[in-house]
Amino acid sequence: MSTTLDSQILGHFGPYGGRFVPEALIGALDELALAHEVALADPIFQAELAELHKTYTGRPSIITEVKRFADHAGGARIFLKREDLNHTGSHKINNVLGQALLTKRMGKKRIIAETGAGQHGVASATAAALMGLECVVYMGEEDTKRQSLNVARMKLLGAEVIPVTQGSRTLKDAINEAMRDWVTNVDTTHYLLGTVAGPHPFPTMVRDFHRIIGVEARGQMLELLGRLPDVILACVGGGSNAIGIFHPFIDDKEVRLVGLEAGGSGVETGLHAATISGGSPGVLHGTRSYVLQDANGQTIESHSISAGLDYPGVGPEHAYLHDIGRAEYRPITDAQAMEAFGLMSRTEGIIPAIETAHALAGAMQIGRELGPEAVLLVNFSGRGDKDVQTAAQYFGIPL
Amino acid sequence: MSTPLELLFAKTRSENRAALIGYLPAGFPTQQGCIAALTAMVEGGVDAIEIGYPYSDPVMDGPVIQAAAETSLKNGTGAHEVMETLSAISKIAPSVVMTYWNPIERYGVDRFLADLKSNGGSGVITPDLTVEESATWLTSSLVHETNRIYVVAPSTSAERLRLVTSATSGFVYAASLMGVTGTRTSISSSAQELVGRLREVTELPIAVGLGVSTPDQAREVAQYADGVIVGSAFIRLLQESATLSEGVEKVRALAQQLSSGLQRS
Ligand SMILES: Cc1ncc(COP(=O)(O)O)c(C=O)c1O
Repeated sequence: MSTTLDSQILGHFGPYGGRFVPEALIGALDELALAHEVALADPIFQAELAELHKTYTGRPSIITEVKRFADHAGGARIFLKREDLNHTGSHKINNVLGQALLTKRMGKKRIIAETGAGQHGVASATAAALMGLECVVYMGEEDTKRQSLNVARMKLLGAEVIPVTQGSRTLKDAINEAMRDWVTNVDTTHYLLGTVAGPHPFPTMVRDFHRIIGVEARGQMLELLGRLPDVILACVGGGSNAIGIFHPFIDDKEVRLVGLEAGGSGVETGLHAATISGGSPGVLHGTRSYVLQDANGQTIESHSISAGLDYPGVGPEHAYLHDIGRAEYRPITDAQAMEAFGLMSRTEGIIPAIETAHALAGAMQIGRELGPEAVLLVNFSGRGDKDVQTAAQYFGIPL
Repeated sequence: MSTPLELLFAKTRSENRAALIGYLPAGFPTQQGCIAALTAMVEGGVDAIEIGYPYSDPVMDGPVIQAAAETSLKNGTGAHEVMETLSAISKIAPSVVMTYWNPIERYGVDRFLADLKSNGGSGVITPDLTVEESATWLTSSLVHETNRIYVVAPSTSAERLRLVTSATSGFVYAASLMGVTGTRTSISSSAQELVGRLREVTELPIAVGLGVSTPDQAREVAQYADGVIVGSAFIRLLQESATLSEGVEKVRALAQQLSSGLQRS
């Protein structure tokens, strides 16, 4: 696996990453890091995962050029990497299948997961059903209300969903509760973290399971155009779909990498989830990265119309890519994202997840900045079925 | 130079007893109420105090301490209030601060320890700081002569116990079980086993925490550990009381009961 970045020792990306966790978890994290390393080099594991992706996930995901949408983006050529067409409807399944296989290899029978929008919870419940694992999903009580359809999906898949009533009752509190469960049941349980945050080895391991997005897209773009795209765009919550498509292009210095964060009501209003654009370096959930925090180091609640981006932290590798200038991060407001959501639906017949709509809004901005010669590749991280209720409300469509 | 905390353990060892360590988050139930309750603890027989820095994302804590931290944060508790509490309590007992790492990093590592020291603090318990991330912490604590108290768990390997205790000073915090803070009906056998494994790698005093709440449990732990840490049980008394003064008296009474059984036979 290419590690073009700074020293990967103990999972550091420059000053970011590492492990800020109770000693109780060190043994499990070491075990996981080792299992991941062994699996990376093990052709049997890789073949097993590849077979699952081919026959279950539906990989490789296709590339779609969106010409009518591009008319609203300065006429640039825009290509979508269609992670929405994966089984369960988003990129999340790439990571989940990888970690579920590792869980079995480690001899553990129970997985726990956190979820915000419910996409990672649904993907985890799916993998657990497929592999015969017990599955418990922690979800902020607030989110169980916003995403009740996904709660039902997880239950249909045989998972137990535990509403979290602590703190702000959203994703960050669901992660807290999952970590408490893990500390208590670490012998039998794997914590299937859903993004590239958390203590080492999660940021590296989750990235490695999502690299397939960028690896495929690189080959597909070369085949299609004989060249690499000028810009690659992806939305950034914790940052897993973004790092998955960015990572195989990091050495291609001519390719701009742009992450779109949730700007909520606008970064200047304080009501946002744009962690890199509007936060500062700190430690949250076991890793050092950018964090939304106050002067005392207390986490500030994030705000976004998109439950999947509504997180006050971000993966440490993104913090590093930002600081060294290899990737750029921009905030996209709720209104800008919803405009792109509507446009994509009406001009192309593809309803995006609201998370994904942030990347599309970024493509509209950058397409206009660069003009018709530019080639943009957008990671289309998920489909919008889960967001129909929110979007209908937003656009005033009676339900 | 020894910290007041180190002098305390030298004394309790010579008396052949365990030290009793009481915990409350600063600002809980109120800023002054916390100081009153901690004072009552010391008057009731608690030997040393752990002042919690309330944090928004306390992943090592169970529901009791979570609720207390939330109350305290709503009261506006921050570094200033933690230091103020420390200043008041360190005058009557050896005191340490227990905090998740981010508030220290945000405040500035060196500044935090300088202020801790000038307010009479002996050291800091850091439940989510790993030794691998401790480079600046080590240097700064040497400069300010403060104790570095790490928390180890029943799952910690022998090799790691050696590594962590070699970075520790003051005492080693042994988590009695795999889990979060909170009262338990019995003390897990893993506590005694962990203390035994620690004795093989370190001469440092060892205090057991997580789940110790009754005088019987304290007596049991005192037979094999150098310190007994009680937190959630005190917090619950304050949460359950109708008035602050009622809570404070209950805290004093529990401290008296707990401290009566720490002599080793
Ligand atoms: C469709 C979709 N895209 C993006 C995200 C954000 O996560 P990440 O930044 O880890 O890709 C989510 C999270 O729920 C999602 O469901």
